[in-house]
Amino acid sequence: MDTYEYDVVVIGAGGAGLRAAIEARLHGKRVAIICKSLFGKAHTVMAEGGAAAAMGNVNPNDNWMVHFRDTMRGGKFLNHFRMAELHAKEAPDRVWELEQWGALFDRTKDGKISQRNFGGHEYPRLAHVGDRTGLELIRTLQQAVVGLQQQDARETGDAEGSIKVFAEHTVTRLLKDGDRIAGAFGYRREDGGFVLFKAPAVVLATGGIGKSFKVTSNSWEYTGDGHALALLAGATLINMECIQFHPTGMVWPPSVKGILVTESVRGDGGVLRNSEGKRFMFDYVPDVFRPQYAETEEEADRWYTDPDNNRRPPELLPRDEVARSINSEVKAGRGTPHGGVYLDIASRRSKEFILKRLPSMYHQFKELADVDITAEPMEIGPTCHYVMGGVEVDPDTQASIVPGLYAAGEVSGGMHGSNRLGGNSLSDLLVFGRRAGLYAAEYVDSLAARPAVSDADVTAAEAEALAPLEQSSGENPYTVHAELQQTMNDLVGIIRREHEMQAAVEKLAELAPRREKVAAAGGRIFNPGWHLSLDLRNMLLVSECVAKAALERQESRGGHTREDYPEMSAEWRKINLVCSVGPDGHAQIKRQPLPKMRPDLLALFERSELKKYLTEEELADLPAPSDAPAAATGTETEKGTGADAS
Amino acid sequence: MTYKAKFKVWRGDDQDGGLHDFTVEVNDGEVVLDVIHRLQATQAPDLAVRWNCKAGKCGSCSAEINGMPRLLCMTRMSVFDEDETVTVTPLRTFPVIRDLVTDVSFNYEKARQIPAFEPPKDLKPGDYRMAQVDVERSQEFRKCIECYLCQNTCHVVRDHEENKQSFAGPRYLMRMAELDMHPLDTRERRKEAQEEHGLGFCNITKCCTEVCPEHIKITDNALIPMKERVVDRKYDPLVWLGNKIARRK
Repeated sequence: MDTYEYDVVVIGAGGAGLRAAIEARLHGKRVAIICKSLFGKAHTVMAEGGAAAAMGNVNPNDNWMVHFRDTMRGGKFLNHFRMAELHAKEAPDRVWELEQWGALFDRTKDGKISQRNFGGHEYPRLAHVGDRTGLELIRTLQQAVVGLQQQDARETGDAEGSIKVFAEHTVTRLLKDGDRIAGAFGYRREDGGFVLFKAPAVVLATGGIGKSFKVTSNSWEYTGDGHALALLAGATLINMECIQFHPTGMVWPPSVKGILVTESVRGDGGVLRNSEGKRFMFDYVPDVFRPQYAETEEEADRWYTDPDNNRRPPELLPRDEVARSINSEVKAGRGTPHGGVYLDIASRRSKEFILKRLPSMYHQFKELADVDITAEPMEIGPTCHYVMGGVEVDPDTQASIVPGLYAAGEVSGGMHGSNRLGGNSLSDLLVFGRRAGLYAAEYVDSLAARPAVSDADVTAAEAEALAPLEQSSGENPYTVHAELQQTMNDLVGIIRREHEMQAAVEKLAELAPRREKVAAAGGRIFNPGWHLSLDLRNMLLVSECVAKAALERQESRGGHTREDYPEMSAEWRKINLVCSVGPDGHAQIKRQPLPKMRPDLLALFERSELKKYLTEEELADLPAPSDAPAAATGTETEKGTGADAS
Repeated sequence: MTYKAKFKVWRGDDQDGGLHDFTVEVNDGEVVLDVIHRLQATQAPDLAVRWNCKAGKCGSCSAEINGMPRLLCMTRMSVFDEDETVTVTPLRTFPVIRDLVTDVSFNYEKARQIPAFEPPKDLKPGDYRMAQVDVERSQEFRKCIECYLCQNTCHVVRDHEENKQSFAGPRYLMRMAELDMHPLDTRERRKEAQEEHGLGFCNITKCCTEVCPEHIKITDNALIPMKERVVDRKYDPLVWLGNKIARRK
């Protein structure tokens, strides 16, 4: 076993992990980046649309207050207000910083970073590079890490002396000294050798959980590792029932079912039609959003060129609304031959426009489905895309309840409430990745002595990791995985029913002992069957949290839709569902009050809007109703760093 | 539409290995990676293969299919006849770890040798101004998904282990060109491209362009313009003659 000592170990090398690692290194810490795949392949590369930041480059009326409001609305007020506030204020600085590291975003006519429209964002807000923004972000951060290594090589002669990437390594256990983090244990894919990292601080940046579902836009890495590692180390998860089904995944051919079709298609003019050719989204605008969305096709179409005098097309409602609407159309028998609906940009924009704005979508459909999106509509349907729930963290420092354990990006919870707006993920990674790195570094500085790893814990972690290889006659891990995916897809999917979720909980209980007995044939050298066997523990534990939390929350909100409780409940809005591991090793749920929003932030909303979310008592506590709402037009004295971009 | 396809997949490690025969089910619309996954799930659970996004965006599943460097996820089964045997082998230029997985650390070492972006020191965040037309040149190269198919196919290193030391390969020479064309990069890169990273080895056979899954015109848009800028005008005999004549006027 190879043993390393670091100040901060960052698990995950996507946007959040790399940004955290850079920040910790800039604060003088020795940092290890653990990367499940090769360096630069993280799931962040899949992000297409852009990074939301209220720079006001395209519409000068934009500022952090508008962005904050949009984020809270999108999350149906289940967000941690403080995270939404920090995110809206700091996102512009984080985007500009990427330019300093060499990123090349698309430009406005006057040479600033261009910004595009997206669902739920009041103004054009997404910094982008065509439809491959995630790749630009990951490459820029990757190259920034390499730049720091070059600097270290020049100054100390050792490129990997203060920041080192451990590619194709997977952590299977966090180790503690008493109640504090002391390190992490894992294996190397290349030869199956074990690695031990001794470190007082760990930043989880492992992304999501999509691989527990059958139809997903997520890659094989998204097995809920960070969620499970946190739980097993004694940390808590919040609101795991909130899962985003992206409205537009490919539905045909079967082998690509679930692969993402960027929301930019709609932001750039694409519309949704059913098999009768009808633009059905006009029938699905919920009351809470009615004032902001167009009622006729004419008004919606005028909005693309004159957004100040027209309301937005309903295709640009937040993702949860659009996904549910597509689901209803298909269920009503108005779906396409392959069980989706049509996404049409071919009849609405020129071939040149589509090729310029959506090159990778063109490429993807041409090569994988033999469909020319400049000439014919795409067939699309909902796909499991993102988990809003995640590790319960302090909104400012990203610290979990376990000292020394931090989480940032998709693996953390709270920022997006019950539903994330498109574009808020890439900016979330940057804002909270930086914060996690910063506060992990400060935590290390505050320690009087370094925690110690116990030999017994390491021995136990080794035994656990070797178990699938030592089973001689157990079940095939691929079979257990397929059953888990089918269960979650069918029983805890986009529309949920009590008896189905109960059936899911029972099925998961049946899978748990079977998982413990899976057998991975073959040896330790780059053995995918073995790796999957170990990932299964995480997927099962996280799925249990999702199913149990979904059963508990008796309302419909964002990424949690109950057929038996179809309405939002102001009482349930006040509650976070907190998940932990009980003494029996299984997930347990408890209710905890949602932090109360500060009055100055509440004042950014009109009372009529707050009525849709708050309880009568909360409304009674608000200042006198005669007050005009604070208009978030940049005239206020309090400005975030992002407010003065115009 | 389902049929049984014949596959030959290279299996082995850095010591020893060979082609193994498989007969495997193929369904409508599938790509080669689907078939490899089916082999894992049903016949060879420890078959080693790299993959992530399965949508041609991450560049992990590079291999050689019937001898052509390709992404497994972007090669549709429909391009083969049903009775054709499909042969899948690991990238040839890099050492095998196991089965279809190779040690691509060469590329990461080369990446670290290319000096990072150097912006003007007086420019503050948010003050960057660049025209779209100026960023587009480098943006084409930043589409690169680092699948290393170009590095694998380039004959300078494919069969010449000895050149690996002094040749960065198409991907990283393109990175030099990308930085050189970056509107705000201040570093002089032409000389080091030629003298330290082996631009001169490239004799523009365009093999890299041919295998690029992102259809980046590596040779035409990155390497040739870089070569042209390296060859400073004073060494060009026509320019020299032109200058002489012009001066006589």
